[in-house]
Formats: sequence, C-alpha cells, structure tokens
Amino acid sequence: MSRYALFLGCNIPARVKQYDLSARAVLEKLDVELVDDPQFNCCGYPMRNSDPEAYLLSAAKNLALAEKQGLDMLVLCQCCYGSLKKAAHVMKSDDAVTEAVRAHLADHGLSYEGQTRIKHLLSVLYHDVGLEKLKEKILRPYKNLHIAVHYGCHALRPSDITEFDDPVAPTLIDELVEITGAKSVDWPLKLECCGAPAMGINDDLSMNLARKKLNDGRQAGAQYLCTACPYCQIQFDTVQQMILAHDREMEALPAMVYPQILGLGMGIDGQKLGIGMNTLDITEVPSFLSKE
Amino acid sequence: MSFNALLYTSLAIFGIGLLYKVFTWFFFKIGFQGHEATTGQRVGAAAAGIAGTVFSAKILTLLKVFFVDILLQIRILKTDALRWVMHMLMFWGFMLLLLMHAMDQLITVNLFGNYQSTVNPYLFLRDFFGAMVIAGVLIALYRRFILKVPRLKTSGMDVYAIAIVALILVSGLVLEGVKITSHSRFQSMVEDYGDPDDAEAVKALESLWVKDYGLVSPTVKGPFDPKVLAQGREVHADNCAECHSAPQWAFMGYATSRILKPAALALDRSGGPNFLWYLHILLCFAGLAYLPFSKMFHIVVTPISLLANAVMDEEHASPANVMTRQVMELDACTHCGTCSLYCSAMMAYEARGNAYILPSEKMTFLKALVRKKDLTSRQRSAIQEGVYLCTNCDRCTVVCPSGINLRQMWRKVREDLVQQGEAEPLVLSPFSLVRGLNREALPAKLYDRPLQKVRRALAGDFDKLMDPARPLSLEAAGNPSGKQPENETFAHCFGCQNCTSVCPVVQSYEDPTAHLGLLPHQLMCSLGMGLMEMASGARMLWDCVTCYQCQEHCPQNVKVADLLYELKNTAVKNWEKARTVEDSVPAGAA
Repeated sequence: MSRYALFLGCNIPARVKQYDLSARAVLEKLDVELVDDPQFNCCGYPMRNSDPEAYLLSAAKNLALAEKQGLDMLVLCQCCYGSLKKAAHVMKSDDAVTEAVRAHLADHGLSYEGQTRIKHLLSVLYHDVGLEKLKEKILRPYKNLHIAVHYGCHALRPSDITEFDDPVAPTLIDELVEITGAKSVDWPLKLECCGAPAMGINDDLSMNLARKKLNDGRQAGAQYLCTACPYCQIQFDTVQQMILAHDREMEALPAMVYPQILGLGMGIDGQKLGIGMNTLDITEVPSFLSKE
Repeated sequence: MSFNALLYTSLAIFGIGLLYKVFTWFFFKIGFQGHEATTGQRVGAAAAGIAGTVFSAKILTLLKVFFVDILLQIRILKTDALRWVMHMLMFWGFMLLLLMHAMDQLITVNLFGNYQSTVNPYLFLRDFFGAMVIAGVLIALYRRFILKVPRLKTSGMDVYAIAIVALILVSGLVLEGVKITSHSRFQSMVEDYGDPDDAEAVKALESLWVKDYGLVSPTVKGPFDPKVLAQGREVHADNCAECHSAPQWAFMGYATSRILKPAALALDRSGGPNFLWYLHILLCFAGLAYLPFSKMFHIVVTPISLLANAVMDEEHASPANVMTRQVMELDACTHCGTCSLYCSAMMAYEARGNAYILPSEKMTFLKALVRKKDLTSRQRSAIQEGVYLCTNCDRCTVVCPSGINLRQMWRKVREDLVQQGEAEPLVLSPFSLVRGLNREALPAKLYDRPLQKVRRALAGDFDKLMDPARPLSLEAAGNPSGKQPENETFAHCFGCQNCTSVCPVVQSYEDPTAHLGLLPHQLMCSLGMGLMEMASGARMLWDCVTCYQCQEHCPQNVKVADLLYELKNTAVKNWEKARTVEDSVPAGAA
C-alpha cells in the first residue's frame, strides 16, 4: 500500500468537486492511501504573473509540508503540478531568492531539501499502480465509447521540468483510457491549450481556443473528452456551456475527469464519482459499459 | 443613582443600539452589482423570506443548526479543539451566570422557589460558572499573547471584548470576597435577622463566623473557647443557617477573601462592599449598553448569521435579502481569524506584507467601508490587491465559525473595487478565472472596463516606443527599466520563428501583430537588442496562455515562456514603482 499527501489545490474543492470524489473513490480501490493536510495552501500558480517571490514561497511551503510528513505529493491539478515541479526545480539552486524562501520556511519550522517527489494522479496510476493492476480492476469495460484525450499543457511542458511524458508524442493518458475498453481517438489538437489561463483576461481568445479543440475532437469522432485538470475541466464543462449558449449550431462534446471514466469501468457507483455534478450531462456514459 | 435607574438607562441604550444596528442591516449596502432596493423593500423581503422559511420544512434545518452550531458550536470544534474549549467555557459560563445570577429575580426565583444566592447549590454554581468564564478568558489570553496563533491579529475591539468579560468577572469575584470578610455586612445582618441587644449571643456568633465563615472582625479574634463556639453554632442554626451555606463552597470568592484578609478591615471601613457592588453592576451595565457597538454583539448576530446561511440558497435568494444578510454578517464576524489561518493565499500575505490579503482583515476593513469612511489612495490599492489576490478556494467560507458566506462577500466587493479603483495588475492573472466564469452577471461594457484599465496601465509607453517615426534612441539599454532579464537564454535566439509559429495565441488572430503588439520571436529579438521597456509593454504578454509550446519547440533552448513571465513581472514592478513615485509627489506639485 502506498501513501501520498493529497494536494487538491484551490479549484477542485470549490468548483470541480467531482474530481476530488472520483479520485478518492478510485484510489481507495487501488490501495493508495491519501493523507489530507489542511495546512497546504495555494500552489502559487496564479501569482506567477505578478510576484515571483510570492509564487515561490507559496509553492515551496507546500513542498516543505509534505516533506515534513515524509510523503510524496499526489497532485490532481495539472497547473498545481507544473507550478510545484517548477518550484522544486528552482529550489535546487542556491541564490538570493531561494535563500530568502528557505529562511522564511525556517520561521515556520519548515525546510525543503528536495526529498518529496511531486506526482500527478495519472503518473501514480500509470507508473506506481501500473496498467496491469488497473486492467484487473476493470470489471465492466466500455464498448463503442470514443474519447478525445486532452493532455493539458502544464503537465506536459516544459518537459525538462515536468517529466510527465514525451512532450511531442505522449501516450500515457491514451493508454490509461484504452485499458478501460474505450477508444482514444486521434485528433490533431490533442496537445493544445484548453484556453483556461486566458479566461477572465481575454475571454474571446479563451473561448476560441476551447471551441477549436472541441470542434476538432468532435470531428475526430469523439463522444466525450477526457481531462485530468480542474482548469481544463472547467474550460470544457462550464465554459463550453457558455459557448454553447451563444452558438446554437455547435454540438456539445462533454468532458469528464479521468477518474470518472476509470471509476465507472471499475464498477464504482456513478454517484460516488460525482457524475451528476458536471455542468454538461455525462449521465449517459454508463450506458457504454458492458453488462455485468 | 439607584440600581433600577442604572439598569433602565443601560437597557435603553442597548435597545436603541440594537434598533440602530438592525436598521443598518436594512440600510447600508455592500458592493456593486447594480441591485437597488429601498430599506422598506428590504424589510419586506426579509419578512417574506423569514415567514417562508419558518413555515416550511426548512424549520428542521434551523433546529439542527440551533443545537449543533449555536449551542454546541461544532464548527469551532472542527477547526481548533482548544479554541472550542475556550469558547464553550466562556459561552456557557457567561450564559448561565446571566440567567441564574444576573437575572435571578426574573428567572431563578420563579423556577426554583427555594432560591437564595447564598445557599447551595446556587452559591457553588455561581462560582463554578464564573470559574468557567475565567478559564475561558485565560485560554483566550494564552492563545493571543503566548501561543501566538498564526495570523490571529489583535485589534482594539478584541482587547475590549476580553477586557470587559474579565473585568466583570474579577469585580464580581472581589465583591464576593470582600462581602465574605465584611464586618459591617455581618452587623447589618445581625440587626435584620438576629437580636443585636443580646451581646453574648452576637459575640458567640461572630466568633463562629470568624473561625468558619471567613468573617474578619475588628474586635473578635481567636483562639476561641469551644463553649463560645458551641453557643455560636446554636445561634447560627437558629438565625443564619437557612440562608447561608459554608462560604468555602464559593471556592473562588472564598479564596479571594483569604487573599484580601489583611486589608479586609480597611476595605470594609472605607465602604469597599458598596463601592465594589457599584463597580460590578456598572461594568455589567456598561457592557450591556455598549454591546451592540462592540465585538460582543456577535452573541446576538452570529446565531442569526448561522441560521440565515443555513437556509439561504446563494442562487435563488432574493438580492435584497442577500444584501441585508451581508451587512448583518459584518456584525457576526468576531475577528477570530480562523479564515486567515486556512486562507490559501496566506503565503502571498507573508511575502507581500499586505494584511488585507487575509480574509479576517478584509472583514475589519469592510466594517469601516460600509460606513463610508474615507480611504487614502494607498489603503484603496492595498484593499484592492487584498480582495483580488484570492484563489476563490472557498475555504474561508467553509471554516467560518459564524457561518458567514465570505465567498459571496468577496465577489461583490471585488467588483466594486476594480470598477471604481485604479488599475489592478492581478486582473490580468489566473485570479480572474472566477470573474470570467461569472461574466454574464455584468453588462459587457462594465465587465471589460477593469481589463482595459490595467492593459493601458501596464502597456506603459508601448505605442510611443513602437512608432516607426520615432528617432532611434541609443539610450535604450541605459534606461532604468531596461534591466536585462536574469534568464539570458534569449541571447541564443537566431530568429527561426518556431516559437511564433507554434503559438496558439498567435494562430488565433488574422492580424496577430495588430492584436498582440510583439510576437514571441519579436519579443526575444527585442530582448537581444536591450529593448526591455518596449518588450514589457507588449499585449502578447498578457494574452500568453503559458502553454509552453514555444519553449518546448525552441531549437536553441531559449526559455521563451519563462522569459514572458519575467517580462510580465517587470511590467508589474515598473508600474508599481511609477505609482509609488506618483504617490510621493505632494498634491498640486504635479
């Protein structure tokens, strides 16, 4: 049994609770133990535009908290993941900025020596749990379900920092989707940005990027989109609905987070996976499951 | 002034204060968002809302909240066990003292026919409840001044609240102690209930009371003849025992009387018991009269807030009621600091030193703002940053022991500030996600206004610098804003334009240069030429979605996206610097 410090970030508890629910439900069945630490704070990502010191301090505090518990971090949000990985990388060097951060952490009785490893949920499923074990747990494989896999920028790039998968030809999420029996469709914009970082700043740009991807996924024959990040999920769920409200011609491509897809295949009740909590309806997904 | 005159005066002030406060709930407004309702309409909406709730199944929710959150205060227990112990001791100790002791003639006498404050169990219970409150106060002092709970700030109101409770309790305690020792009280009791002419009996009784009941007598001192004491016991049994349990049961008052013993005679002669009695009730009445204006008002308002928030649905509640509830919530906030303890942005507070980033300090600010106190421009920008530097994680709302819907509060105030205030750089950051998701709550023109404002501010002299007619300056590199980025990988750029061709933002525009000012490769090139000021004014920076395609695809390993981050940081810093200079110029000099 493996144990991780669960890093939920800020968006999931407030706006994408189904990701929290489904990840916990799935990991419980896979004997992965999660430790919640109420002292975790913002990963620092939203501060990177305006204040690099506040960003680094915020991120490093989380790393130090996990290190104090002697645990690796399991991160659900890809933006948190990228932010924490970057901070861990920066903290390897010794300069005035990291020195100041270390001193500040010491005031809280904390330190970060680079022991804690930062892992995204999907990396844990792929590498630590392993495809073989996952396959065994799939009780009801999907039939005729076509999924467009969205990789998410901040897990994939910059690849020398994030170390998630091959940045040009990644397969990790495709493989994870395919062991559930679903088909991962080929679509040209698979590795592109969802547009969420521009939401609230340049909404037209943000919605355009999302619209392009959604149309692309639809054209490739996908019925649903798979995400592994609350920002991407919000973009393809809540923001997609805003787009659809203004564009009657467009066909919906509802999105769900990966543990919802996996969990249904593992025979977990849809309610435990929060499938009723998505903005766009995904309650038809269980009809693709093979009979028990 | 008689007891009753004092009581009615303080009750009247309390009543007027209460009415005034309730009036403000229906009169004051918080935030922007366009909804205008008159005080009359708000009272009507509240009455309709309350009636609709009480006569529905929601009454069960209210009952549950009353027991779980108000009487047992489980919300406090969930976040901090020591604080829960502290608060339960003070709440229950104070409430029981209020009901059994302060209002004994109204309540206790009617409930229990045999009630005498000097007889057990009442004698003991009064001290026991008092001890609960004092233990709570000691824990409160310990948390604030010794344990130093992080981000628990102490304001004048917090000091007052602890002080008034402590003073009422201590004055009561000293009063009790002095009364135990008081010889004049003894004499007047003998006059009322005994036979003062029977000198021998009085002396015997006095001897007994000096020996066993804590009395300090100027004339009678031990050691005592057992016969005298035996006679004293008889007199005591006939005249006193019915109304007096042993004072040792009042364990705190009795202990106080032992401490005061050396000074007891002097205190008694100088009218100590009377003075202390006045002091004690004056403190009680002062606390009562000032209650609606102090932090202690939360005794009344926090339960209302907990009840209201338990049944008010954020989306469907009438805007008039939300407005009323929000003003009321300002009174329900006890400045306990739980929100700040769990605030996701806490490290930003520690890095930037702006206390308004902490939710508890924002609430303190709002209490002043709602009464339209004037703000300095520095305060205004600090609160604007504080309200915007929020990850919208909702933790403050989840943990607030008073059940205040802080999430909704911030959303409202935030809009007000960014609409009316100066440019806010954080508007161009992922902190704007939630504002974007709620864009439809605002007319498009208003929604765009804060964005336009900050884009203009951060662009600096970009348009001027880009003017092709502008003579080339050789001083660009020497400009203070021309400091080169720490990350020097831009120097390896050989202009292949891969970064620009893979950029999804560039691809989104038919005429990208017109929209974005400078494209990624042009930004790298500008850095190579030392044109930092020009580069940090380009709109491209703020439209960058940080997808890192540019950086991943650079054959020269230029950290393009990281450099864009650095340029954004530079733009913000330059703007902050320019603003500080403006601030320090005396009015009129500009």
